[in-house]
Amino acid sequence: MNLTLRIWRQKGPEDKGRMVTYPVDDVSPDMSFLEMLDVLNERLILAGEDPVAFDHDCREGICGMCGLMINGDAHGPQRGTTACQLHMRQFSDGETIDIEPWRASAFPVVKDLVVNRNAFDKIIAAGGYITAPTGSAPEAHSTPVAKANADAAFESAACIGCGACVAACPNGSGMLFTAAKLTQLSLLPQGQPERYTRVIGMVDAHDEAGFGGCTNAGECTVACPKGIPLNTIGRLNRDYLKATAVRGDTPGS
Amino acid sequence: MAVTGILLVLFLIAHMLGNLKVFTGETSFDHYAHWLREIGKPLLPGVWFLWILRTVLVVAVVAHIWAATVLALRARAARPVKYAHRKKVRGSYAARTMRWGGVIILLFVIYHLLDLTTGTLNPVGDASNPYGNVVADFAPERWYVTLFYTLAIVAVGFHLRHGAFSAFRSLGQQTPRGERRARNAALILAVALCAGYLVVPFAVLTGLVS
Repeated sequence: MNLTLRIWRQKGPEDKGRMVTYPVDDVSPDMSFLEMLDVLNERLILAGEDPVAFDHDCREGICGMCGLMINGDAHGPQRGTTACQLHMRQFSDGETIDIEPWRASAFPVVKDLVVNRNAFDKIIAAGGYITAPTGSAPEAHSTPVAKANADAAFESAACIGCGACVAACPNGSGMLFTAAKLTQLSLLPQGQPERYTRVIGMVDAHDEAGFGGCTNAGECTVACPKGIPLNTIGRLNRDYLKATAVRGDTPGS
Repeated sequence: MAVTGILLVLFLIAHMLGNLKVFTGETSFDHYAHWLREIGKPLLPGVWFLWILRTVLVVAVVAHIWAATVLALRARAARPVKYAHRKKVRGSYAARTMRWGGVIILLFVIYHLLDLTTGTLNPVGDASNPYGNVVADFAPERWYVTLFYTLAIVAVGFHLRHGAFSAFRSLGQQTPRGERRARNAALILAVALCAGYLVVPFAVLTGLVS
């Protein structure tokens, strides 16, 4: 396959950045998208040019590091996969592919296609944990969990924090991420003590980080490589309403 | 957005039911229109109730627009650098057109008040004869008015299709089955309100009401 790539190049956070066109020849349809970028980078290095910086780690869709806007789709045209799981057979010979970083003020570009997703860490730090005595593992059956709750919590726990929801959202909102990180705790008995202070803290941290507001447009759940459902956000809204309107809670766990 | 939106939807339902009285004849429709100005009598003097209702509606509209503006400004601030290549929102056409649809609806409401409340833009404009105003408004030779009304009502329908679902979600609708129900309820509400509102101008246009 011969492809034309238009890639966002930005030397650093202060650089203005621009789209640069690179022709890439002899691409195998069996390559992953990141392997195709590796091929491009090897050629750039041999030619003495600066290789394209992009985030990646496990390359099997579970670490959440890789995140590319490919032809306007977060993680590319294939649903339910990350960019590293995307194969070049999804594209056709001679195609022009636009590759951009996630665009959000809360995710500033570090270099080229690499963004700083520290804002997600701040949301987690504001309440994405439980307070429990550590030590030896407790007896698994001492705290029963309803099967439906365990399944729904696990569905949310599949979130890898890649940021595709923010990248795809027309409002630049991180609500699907925040809701997933809340739900995986709020549906389980271990998450109950801090349930309502957690939701206020995490939503406050989300807003402070500069993410936009949710308008239930539903773009996030389409882009999500782990298929986190949109109704997760409804769960967040219900907990938030109860915490603020009924209980009068304040943030902090 | 959700709370003010629900207030406005309740008004839309009441307004539509009132409009449908046009099919019960001129006397009945005019009687209904005059009654609207006097609800609450003798507990409240004259048009007090009407003005209380108008105040609530204006507050709801202003709060609704204010909340939408805050969301739009936050969205703009959240993505200062735009994508060079951006696909359209896949959620739905209704979700994608909420903001501009809202602007169109606002412009329509202003025209509608000047047309059938103050009578400024109405060919008859007689406050004591609402039936005559409506019939003159949607006369066949004024087809462009009917066309504009139709477009505006369809815009309201799209606005409600996403808006009603979004309101359920904002107020804590959280199960997948409930989501299907909420989306269906929003669609039914949008279609029913569109039909209820459009039947009046088209009845005048076709001579069913004259």
